[in-house]
Amino acid sequence: MVVGDGADRVFHALADGTRRDILARVIHDGQSVSALARLYPMSFAAVQKHVAVLEHAGLITKERRGREQVVHGEVDALRRAAALLAELEDIWRHRVRGIEDVLRRET
Amino acid sequence: MTVLDVHRDEEALTFTIVAEFDAPPARVWQVWADARQLERWWGPPTWPATFDRHEFRPGGRSAYHMTGPDGTKAHGWFAFTLLDEPQRLEFDDGFADQHGEPVTTMEPTHGIVTFEAVGDRTRMTVLSRFTSIDQLQEMAKMGMEEGLRLAIGQIDGVLAEPS
Repeated sequence: MVVGDGADRVFHALADGTRRDILARVIHDGQSVSALARLYPMSFAAVQKHVAVLEHAGLITKERRGREQVVHGEVDALRRAAALLAELEDIWRHRVRGIEDVLRRET
Repeated sequence: MTVLDVHRDEEALTFTIVAEFDAPPARVWQVWADARQLERWWGPPTWPATFDRHEFRPGGRSAYHMTGPDGTKAHGWFAFTLLDEPQRLEFDDGFADQHGEPVTTMEPTHGIVTFEAVGDRTRMTVLSRFTSIDQLQEMAKMGMEEGLRLAIGQIDGVLAEPS
């Protein structure tokens, strides 16, 4: 559930470009941390840290497969966070249409 | 398209929407100043707003309620912190209890609205600043059934894109 602190963690996790990229890559198919680490110009430890932030926010899960740690995206959590801001956007898009309507009827 | 731009900043917890209207700023200002006009657009589609009080002056307060599809009433208030007609207005927007008393456990949303003349049209920019995710959560509770479906559809689209 994206409520309170949980939601804060989700928004914090998604505020970083590398983390958004990692999430996009693992959302459909799992990838190992070492495979992810090769994709970015940063240390293995730095990528691991990003993965940990995503995991803490509940956006990904890690699974041990032999010697590898495989990262999977948690679609539901991401969907809820995005839905929250998208709903606000919908409220305002509706308001803009409402203002248009008010203006149109009077002129 | 009337809506020119939308910007969501998850880290700063701000939401900005830029829209253009086919009327001069002095006229667009009126949709905020006049309670009867304001209540025709403030509430989400399934939660129409009624303004019981609307003191549109610096330091003035407004009290309103929105009525949901099942008759549930959600109360809210405005406090105008800056009015510079017809260019800029700033206000706090918070939730209230059933008697219209401000809820003190939740920080209000701060709104900054600017009106800019573009020829004989008006470009209106609304910036909403939240202090916590809980506020967003509360806002999201206000109906928006169709909006939610639409949003979910968009996210589904994003998630379906090959990465």
